[in-house]
Amino acid sequence: MTDNHHSASAHITPYLTLATVLVVLLALTFVTIEITSFDLKAWNVTLALLVACVKGYLVLSYFMHLKYENLLIKILVGMVIVLFALIIIITYIDYLFR
Amino acid sequence: MEIFAQEKINKFIGKMRAEVQEFYRGTYLENTGRYKGIWAWLTSTDHKRIGLMYLYAIAAFFIVGVIIGLLMRIELISPGKTIVEPQTYNGFFTVHGIIMIFMVVIPGLSATFGNFCLPIMIGARDVAFPRLNLFSFYLFLFGSFLAILSQFLRHGPPDTGWTFYAPYSTTTGTNVIMATTAAFILGFSSILTGLNFIVTVHRMRAPGMTFFRMPLFPWALYATAWIQLLATPVVGITLLMIIAERLFNIGFFNPELGGDPVLYQHLFWIYSHPAVYIMILPAMGVITEIIPTFCQRKVYGYKAIALSSVAIAAVGYLVWGHHMYTSGMSGKSLWLFSFLTFVVAVPSAIKVFNWLATMYKGSIDMKPPFLFALFFIFLFTIGGLTGLVLGALATNIQVHDTSFVVAHFHYIIFGGMGFAAFAAVHYWFPKMYGRMYNIKQATIASIIMFIGFNLLYFPQFIIGIEGMPRRYYDYFPEFQPAQVISTIGGFVLTAGLILMFYNLIRSARKGEKAPANPWNGTTLEWQIPSPPPLENFEEIPHIEEKPYSFK
Amino acid sequence: MEHQAKAHLLEHRDDEASKLGMWLFIFTEILLFGGLFLVYAVYRAMYHTQFHEASLELNVIFGAVNTIVLLVSSMAVAMALTALQENKVKLSRQLIWLTILCAFIFLVNKYFEWGGKFEHDIYPGSELLKKLEHGHILYFGLYFAMTGLHALHVTVGMIILIVVERRIKAGKVHAGKFVFLENAALYWHLVDLIWIFLFPLLYLIT
Repeated sequence: MTDNHHSASAHITPYLTLATVLVVLLALTFVTIEITSFDLKAWNVTLALLVACVKGYLVLSYFMHLKYENLLIKILVGMVIVLFALIIIITYIDYLFR
Repeated sequence: MEIFAQEKINKFIGKMRAEVQEFYRGTYLENTGRYKGIWAWLTSTDHKRIGLMYLYAIAAFFIVGVIIGLLMRIELISPGKTIVEPQTYNGFFTVHGIIMIFMVVIPGLSATFGNFCLPIMIGARDVAFPRLNLFSFYLFLFGSFLAILSQFLRHGPPDTGWTFYAPYSTTTGTNVIMATTAAFILGFSSILTGLNFIVTVHRMRAPGMTFFRMPLFPWALYATAWIQLLATPVVGITLLMIIAERLFNIGFFNPELGGDPVLYQHLFWIYSHPAVYIMILPAMGVITEIIPTFCQRKVYGYKAIALSSVAIAAVGYLVWGHHMYTSGMSGKSLWLFSFLTFVVAVPSAIKVFNWLATMYKGSIDMKPPFLFALFFIFLFTIGGLTGLVLGALATNIQVHDTSFVVAHFHYIIFGGMGFAAFAAVHYWFPKMYGRMYNIKQATIASIIMFIGFNLLYFPQFIIGIEGMPRRYYDYFPEFQPAQVISTIGGFVLTAGLILMFYNLIRSARKGEKAPANPWNGTTLEWQIPSPPPLENFEEIPHIEEKPYSFK
Repeated sequence: MEHQAKAHLLEHRDDEASKLGMWLFIFTEILLFGGLFLVYAVYRAMYHTQFHEASLELNVIFGAVNTIVLLVSSMAVAMALTALQENKVKLSRQLIWLTILCAFIFLVNKYFEWGGKFEHDIYPGSELLKKLEHGHILYFGLYFAMTGLHALHVTVGMIILIVVERRIKAGKVHAGKFVFLENAALYWHLVDLIWIFLFPLLYLIT
């Protein structure tokens, strides 16, 4: 059993990277508000969610350091997202086809 | 004269204590820390002590659940009122379910033998987070306390069934909030145990022990831990929603406000179906440990068994709708869930074939653990096959909400997991206590239980198909003969249980000293002394071979 | 012997294990909120127009400000970790206080938002709600449930961050042992992540 004092990534995220990510996130927030201000029917929610997913991806990868973590955690995050998506999809199959 | 007798008694007790302490010296049962007596246990972060504390608590709750079950059986021995009023009966089946499911079977083998054996079997000194482990146990006790409290508070015990279906659970006057809070806390305990085990398996395996050199009980516990972790939060939020409905009339499941009661069922079963795999996967893991040992042969199809545990866990998340075929779901939903249900049966069947194949041409030793394992296979198979009857859409309509379902799940949970638990106790008992129980008594007890079990539950399949509803206090007279046989079976089963408990409790204190490896097992727990020392290993072993290499 | 054993077990420090444990906990939170998102998804599909109508009651500015506040706070705590890893203890503590301040602003905003709703008689079980359509009732139910559960997590996150800051001050968390800050930051980012989805789903329904 080894003593593991440091995180696997001795990687330290630079301040500039974090600030840049923030700027992008803020920009995407405004994008979301803009695209939902006109009526695009079903596309509104799709696009809004898509942008939210991009924002989420940035938070996960850079703020939560996932980009620099070991493969195991990346796979697990993917797995959980897939599980959640499947649960929603399967439940929808009930409601959409009643 | 009296003082002389008192002194003699004190001297005797002192001598017994000294003998016990001598027996335990150098093992995890010796009290070396700051605390003595029961506090040495309640403050211990040693996974072995935590495992035993869970075992005792769960055994106690199991006995309570059995008593309530017997009371239900007595009530059902004849139509109409026998010993209690209908409202009381509703309370009985609710609390029987809550206790058995949330306080016995779900923590079940993970919390008890998982805690005790997992670190040892992977060559570790403890789990990844020992203090979190103890905290999980406290949560378990607290949640259990609240569940019991819900029986006695002002508004009366919950009468909703353990499934708390809306809209009845959101409108009934009974102590639903207390019971759902209890379930929430118990769920949290389960989540934290799952978390602990996942990190333990990933980070604490002995050097050389790759995933595919890990024995199969740890594999099962690992797959189970993922279900505990990911499925339980869903029922957590669902229970909170029930509480919100009751307190704030929020409307999620109330048709008058636009809500859909079927959505409750979706949410509830999204957890509760995977929950049954929490119950059965460790049980299958236990059987997979016992069979090679008592056949002195390596497991047939190690990888298939390991991966089938993972497959069951994964596909098990997607089949929840088979509890809801008659609820009004869409047609597409119906066939999707039925199809996936048949798919998930496959990995379970793979295990059964592999167990049987392991036995073939093995050198079989019919000791109690193995006997219980054989009973498991028989009872689990019946339970599993009747599950297919329930999983098929057309036949489900006939048997949904009948005692056919009751028989099915008791065969799986009690015949399956329960007998596997008994097998586990009889397998690891010498390791845990350093003593052996009476083999003959154990064998007789197991046979009595097997007979009683089948008498108790098999008739319920028959009257279920004939139309006997579940959770019903009263019934048509034509069902009575079967109900009588069933009740008799319940008492026969209880007699077996009493004999088994007596044997085990007596032997824990007074049984013959057991060697480190009485069954000639090959996994790591058998390579250390019985009882194990506090830190399990003098030196962490280096693993060179695959498990189950019998010489 | 137990003293030695305990000391030995505590010597065994595994930061990767702690971090993995935190990620696993985050997964449980995702599934916990996931249940509410599922309810939202179902009812929005059922009552699409009424969800839109009801969402007009919400103030997009409030929601946007809160979004900005949380995004900034997320960056702040991430920077705090960088600072600590570079042994800039004072900067790290300041950034954590910035994060805590942002959390506080979020909660104050929330307080006024909810207060405004209560003043307009909008809350589960209110007289007004009884007169509204089903979709409206469910929308507001979800609004309070989701933002309420989220606000509870913001509060817990704030407390955790205060604890971390105190520990850094006491020297227990430092450049050679920072997993506690890492994990606290992960929890905080989760809170931010959830809001990233809540904002468009509750405030921006067309």
